[in-house]
Amino acid sequence: MFSFFRRQPKLSQAERYAQATQFQLTWWRFRRHRVAMVSGVIVALFYLVAVGADFLATTDPHATDARTSYIAPQPIRLFEDDGSFQPYVSGLKGVRDPKTFKLIYTVDPSRHVPIQFFGHGYSYSFLGLDTDVHLFSLKTPERGDGIFILGTDQLGRDVWSRLIVATRVSLTIGLVGVTISLFLGVLLGGVSAFYGGMVDTVIQRVIEVIRSMPTIPLWLGLAAALPNDWSVTQVYFSITVIISLLAWTDLARVVRGKFLALREEEFVMAAELAGASSGRIIFRHMLPSFLSHIIAAVSLALPAMIISETSLSFLGLGLRPPAISWGILLQDAQSIQSLALAPWLLAAAVPVILVILAFNFLGDGLRDAADPYG
Amino acid sequence: MITFIVRRLLLGLFTVWLISMLAFAIIQLPPGDFVDSYIANLAAGGASVSADEANAMRKLYGMGQPIYVQYGKWIVRVVAGDLGESMEWRRPVAEVIGDRIWLTLLLSFAALLVTWGLALPIGIFSAVRQYSVADYIFTLIGFIGIAVPNFLLALIILYAAFRYLGLSVGGLFSAEYALAPWTWDKVKDLSWHLPLPAMILALSGTAQLIRIMRANLLDELRKPYVVTARAKGLSEMRTILKYPVRAALNPFASNIAYLFPYLVSGSIIISIVLGLPTVGPLLVRALIAQDVYLGGAIVLLLGVLTVIGTFISDLVLMWVDPRLRHQMD
Amino acid sequence: MAEPILSVRDLHTEFVANEGIIRAVDGVSFDVFQGRTLGVVGESGCGKSVTARSILGIVERPGRVTGGQIILRPADGPPVDLLKLPAKAMRDIRGPEIALVFQEPMASFSQYYTIGNQIMEGIRLHLGLSRRAARDRAIELLDMVGVPQPSRRVDEYPFQLSGGLRQRVMIAMALSCDPRVLIADEPTTALDVTTQAQILDLLRDLQQKQGLALILITHDMGVIAEMAHDVAVMYLGRAVETGPVGEIFSAPRHPYTRALLRSIPTVLAKPRTRLPTIEGSIPHPSNRPTGCAYHPRCLEIIDERCRAQEPPETGAATTRIRCFLHGGAA
Repeated sequence: MFSFFRRQPKLSQAERYAQATQFQLTWWRFRRHRVAMVSGVIVALFYLVAVGADFLATTDPHATDARTSYIAPQPIRLFEDDGSFQPYVSGLKGVRDPKTFKLIYTVDPSRHVPIQFFGHGYSYSFLGLDTDVHLFSLKTPERGDGIFILGTDQLGRDVWSRLIVATRVSLTIGLVGVTISLFLGVLLGGVSAFYGGMVDTVIQRVIEVIRSMPTIPLWLGLAAALPNDWSVTQVYFSITVIISLLAWTDLARVVRGKFLALREEEFVMAAELAGASSGRIIFRHMLPSFLSHIIAAVSLALPAMIISETSLSFLGLGLRPPAISWGILLQDAQSIQSLALAPWLLAAAVPVILVILAFNFLGDGLRDAADPYG
Repeated sequence: MITFIVRRLLLGLFTVWLISMLAFAIIQLPPGDFVDSYIANLAAGGASVSADEANAMRKLYGMGQPIYVQYGKWIVRVVAGDLGESMEWRRPVAEVIGDRIWLTLLLSFAALLVTWGLALPIGIFSAVRQYSVADYIFTLIGFIGIAVPNFLLALIILYAAFRYLGLSVGGLFSAEYALAPWTWDKVKDLSWHLPLPAMILALSGTAQLIRIMRANLLDELRKPYVVTARAKGLSEMRTILKYPVRAALNPFASNIAYLFPYLVSGSIIISIVLGLPTVGPLLVRALIAQDVYLGGAIVLLLGVLTVIGTFISDLVLMWVDPRLRHQMD
Repeated sequence: MAEPILSVRDLHTEFVANEGIIRAVDGVSFDVFQGRTLGVVGESGCGKSVTARSILGIVERPGRVTGGQIILRPADGPPVDLLKLPAKAMRDIRGPEIALVFQEPMASFSQYYTIGNQIMEGIRLHLGLSRRAARDRAIELLDMVGVPQPSRRVDEYPFQLSGGLRQRVMIAMALSCDPRVLIADEPTTALDVTTQAQILDLLRDLQQKQGLALILITHDMGVIAEMAHDVAVMYLGRAVETGPVGEIFSAPRHPYTRALLRSIPTVLAKPRTRLPTIEGSIPHPSNRPTGCAYHPRCLEIIDERCRAQEPPETGAATTRIRCFLHGGAA
């Protein structure tokens, strides 16, 4: 703060360390944690994709087309036959099966469909603006043509576009769920630690009870009870609430533990003796000290949320089509028959694993950094 | 010590009661009247139900009475061993579930053993040889174990086995034993099929426990009592196994109590992928088809068995930790 | 005087840390005689405990002994250099020849085994007694160190005992294999004053009865005055002054020893005067001052030599000192 008004003398490393705020110390330690830094960047990229999902998608993720059923992944070629730079994909052609007379679509390597950047595709709304600009799209598509980087599913929908749009749903469900859990966790953990006694005992027992129940059967049961005619949004929020109802306990334990430990600290005692109000003690002195712990706990809770949603939707009891999430995409890959026919349907496994790994490393790094003196 | 057991027991009963409420909620939540749907379902199958029979059934389930009366009637019947009727299978729920509940428990317990059997030695090794190549490899495997949800792992293994080995993994029995009555050969067949799903189910828990064991043991290795043991002239191996490992075992053991519900949960989902004859596929199907009594009964059974499992591991923990035993004296 | 049981010569122990190599013990030498107590004194961090662990060969990674000799003269057989012994033979030294008593009796016991179990372990290993005989011996030892109701206490866990009792049990455990050298590392620091006195009495008693050679590590000059025959004053990994306790207390020569002695509170001092303290604080071993390590705090620093050169060890057969001013000619 002071630095706005007068230049601070150059500080030695030790002095800088001694004068740093808790947040600065955490940040310095975190920066030294390479893997966690990289993971942080990966997580940030994932959320960027979630924000700009429609822009990155190439085809309407809901548009079905029986003719493009189970098309294998199509590579994008960067150079035309004459060597000039012009990315293109091969078009499709219909061939009639000589026995069944059914029209089957296969790749036609002779027909090149050029790709354009910032071209027009299906319309969507971005931050309230209606637009149809996409990062890349086909210049002169015929019916059935598409950029199938990751192939198509049984209904002929583009897996890449669905994957990108699913990222938004799966990642936000984690965020919303963690927000609810955090609210419950901080509230109940804080109340438990602050009042102690009977209140504490009851809350602690409830936490133990919740932790000793097998969660998936309960989630399944509750999720199955959601009415069939609910809209996608209603189901989305209900599933989030169901997941967070059983997930807040870890956060509550962290909050309570830290709260109790901090209450015994000398600086809290000092603030009390100096006559600070309990509100001031909690928000000015205690909260900054365990904020970083909460951030760390949150970044470890997020992947658990994402796994929960993915599992529920995978079993057909979470989000329901037409919603698109990683779990719903993986549902298509549930049987060995469909996997044998179209192994690319397993593509959604990659972002799931990547994001969970990144969140775990990030959370670990944050947790280590949260104890700057430790 | 007695207080501890009594407290755990009361907590367990409280949990069971809560689970029974939840199971009942699962039965009640779907819209409509169970008896009406059941009769309609029977009628669709060509069987007819007389008005008297319908009324008797209504009375049995307490239809039209306050919700707590219905709950009371249900719980009394459950305690007496009557879990209700399965709408879809048109048979008593207990009959439909049959062996499956035991196979679920067997799978979860096998996964628990695998978790223990792997996490303990690997955790000890990683801590004692901290920062060795093997430690890094185990840490990496650990991270993969944590990051790959077990149903995804099952899917990937299923696909890999099919694609590269031409094998169809899955199931707990070979085709000829699946419906056969229990014989020694069937048990032998089961013991062949059990390890793979148990290992898949155990991986993420193992990964977490390795990390816990390693961190605890690293803490314990720095404690003065380790120096005391060395100063007595014990060999390094004996020192480590008798003292710090023993101390690190404690938080490890208390994590087992929370591992069991987690494994039971996981068994549901991997059973669906691997086609295992546990209650998992049954539960999901019952819930999707709104076969309420079957779904409710499975949730209740799994909950109760988990509570029993947790209680047993609490007792083990108490037996292991002298401080817990003497605290209440 | 008889030959020393244990002679430490120019012992060096180093730790590899982020800041570089830390020389925790940097050329310590002293002798320990049968039936006599050597008091090793110094501020915290001067390398006292590391010296003790170096003697037993239980310095933990990333530390290791890098030089010197530790000569033990067993009752039967020729002298051995402990630093050259193979691991297996060294394990047979720990317990029957040299034993250790620690600062924190609570943390020094495992909470998961009864004290009997922990005492019997060494007995069975080194003396090869049966379980029953080992147990009888454990009870006997507990009785010897003044634990009441030893046959009942033997089956109790450390957390069921008071701090003073725990330290007695610790001593019993150390004596279980009849060692000839006992190292007591701050044995009374964690105890209250009356218990401290009892434990010190017990140690002195046992020493006289069994003719032990005792190395008593402490930061408390009062304990030294009461217990020790000989003293080694340590500063930053070195013994700066060694000699018989009488000579050192009556005529301390090294400025550090003098400063330590000045800072003992005494009832004879004029009331409400400041207790003299040593200016400054002990430097971090990685940041060791050049020349005489004590020079930044020394009140009697003489010239550039103190800053630039390390004073060699000089002096007569009994008292030895590292100081340019008081050590006389090199």
